Amino acid sequence: MSEAREPVTMLSTPIHLDYHFVAGDSQSKTLQGYLEGKFIGQRCEVCGKVYVPSRGSCPTDGAPAREVVELPNTGTMTTYCVVNVPFAGQNVEIPYICGQILLDGSNISFMGLIQEIPASEVRMGMRVEAVWVPEEELTPSLASVRYFRPTGEPDADYDSYKEYL
Amino acid sequence: MSKFPELTSGSRPIAVVSFAQAKAVRADIAHNEVEMLLPVFGELFAKAGITKDDLNFICSGSTDYLIGGPFSFVMALDAIGVWPPKPESHVEMDAAWALYEAWVTMQEPGKDVSLVYGFGKSSLASDLGKVLALQMDPYTMAPLWPDPTSVAALQARALLDAGLATEEDFAEVAARNRRNALKNPYAQVARDDDLATLMAEAYVASPLRRHCLPPITDGCSALILVAGERAYDFSDNPAWITGIDHRMETHALGARDLTQSPSTERAAVEAGVAKGGLDLAEIYAPYAHQELILAKALGLGADTQINPSGGALAANAIMSAGLTRIGEAATRIMSGEAKRAVAHASAGPVLQQNLVAVLEGAR
Repeated sequence: MSEAREPVTMLSTPIHLDYHFVAGDSQSKTLQGYLEGKFIGQRCEVCGKVYVPSRGSCPTDGAPAREVVELPNTGTMTTYCVVNVPFAGQNVEIPYICGQILLDGSNISFMGLIQEIPASEVRMGMRVEAVWVPEEELTPSLASVRYFRPTGEPDADYDSYKEYL
Repeated sequence: MSKFPELTSGSRPIAVVSFAQAKAVRADIAHNEVEMLLPVFGELFAKAGITKDDLNFICSGSTDYLIGGPFSFVMALDAIGVWPPKPESHVEMDAAWALYEAWVTMQEPGKDVSLVYGFGKSSLASDLGKVLALQMDPYTMAPLWPDPTSVAALQARALLDAGLATEEDFAEVAARNRRNALKNPYAQVARDDDLATLMAEAYVASPLRRHCLPPITDGCSALILVAGERAYDFSDNPAWITGIDHRMETHALGARDLTQSPSTERAAVEAGVAKGGLDLAEIYAPYAHQELILAKALGLGADTQINPSGGALAANAIMSAGLTRIGEAATRIMSGEAKRAVAHASAGPVLQQNLVAVLEGAR
């Protein structure tokens, strides 16, 4: 042996893996809907709940959710948070609002950007509507919805959305 | 005749009463994992006349490295429907080990009915070999990106060098498995090849030719375990797990004798494989030469039929292929075609970890 060496205490092993994504039959229906500026959900054949986006089954019953349901552009913001922290890649001016949107006629909420209202005025139960990108910019993703904005209707009754917080 | 065969492992008789699997395909581009599992669960429950409400425990085997996304096993529960809540668990291993966890859990009275399933879509990875290289030691091996076929070729070469097998032996294993698969409607690669044609194939990784390799498969399988007398409520002839054991070897390939499988030998002893005759063996050997190593480690004689299903050379749905071996053996017990069978599952690089289960019918 030649001279003693320092022990290795750290090494870097970069890992990069590429994957295909398979949306599946049901989720594809929702994604195709975005391309047409529509929200598409599916209804559980046991309990009747409507899921958007649909993954093809009802997570409560484990039953297929096959019936396709077109949902309206309007809904209730069940809960929200105000984002005050800047981060890399942020393309919205802070502070902004991230809300949970429960579309009318659906039974699951999803996250959406809330605009056209000061952060200080936002509240649970606020009625909102989707603002879509121009037709030529529609893609099969939720990015087709620019944001949600208040409709100006009276706030929804707490009991109508308390199960969806 | 006794209702339960004598047990080598555990104190509570536990049986497979139902098994179902998806048709193995190269790439299922129409369905996500939930959509792949839904019809399999439907068939599984219908066969046993069971509903999700009968379940006391759920355990699955899958890996996020195949889907390339986090918590895929949680999303898969959408295919079962877990309301009211059920005790549920998951192993980042072939679902044969999920079965082992369920079997241990069911030793406790009251835990009487379990669902065990595994799923994986190997088609999602752009380079499956790279994904599987990550199961190696992360400091000294994985950074070299050793793909599983190259590592298996080292093992096959060691077998040849030790004079324990020939390349013709590998081809015979592959030909027999794929011929058996002609009778398996769920198999992906099923055909009748003659040895000369197989031996004329070019090497993929010497000494392995294409026929020595498993197909790349999307698939899933599931089974129902029931403890004690209740098993007879769901099946006329349950497949009792009389012995089960699993063992593992070091992750350091260079420290192993790759021509042997001491972990399988030990698991076979613990599971009581040699306590009786064996009508059939379902062996998870993704590479043809590995069947030779495993058949020897299990102590199989000429009177035991190996892989009537076609095994992993006919369909290799990673994360469920081991569970499928148990399901295929159990199906043949339940049908009365076999009285006593051994099922084997493997995980990790070149047979690092091995599970052995003995299944017996009481009728």
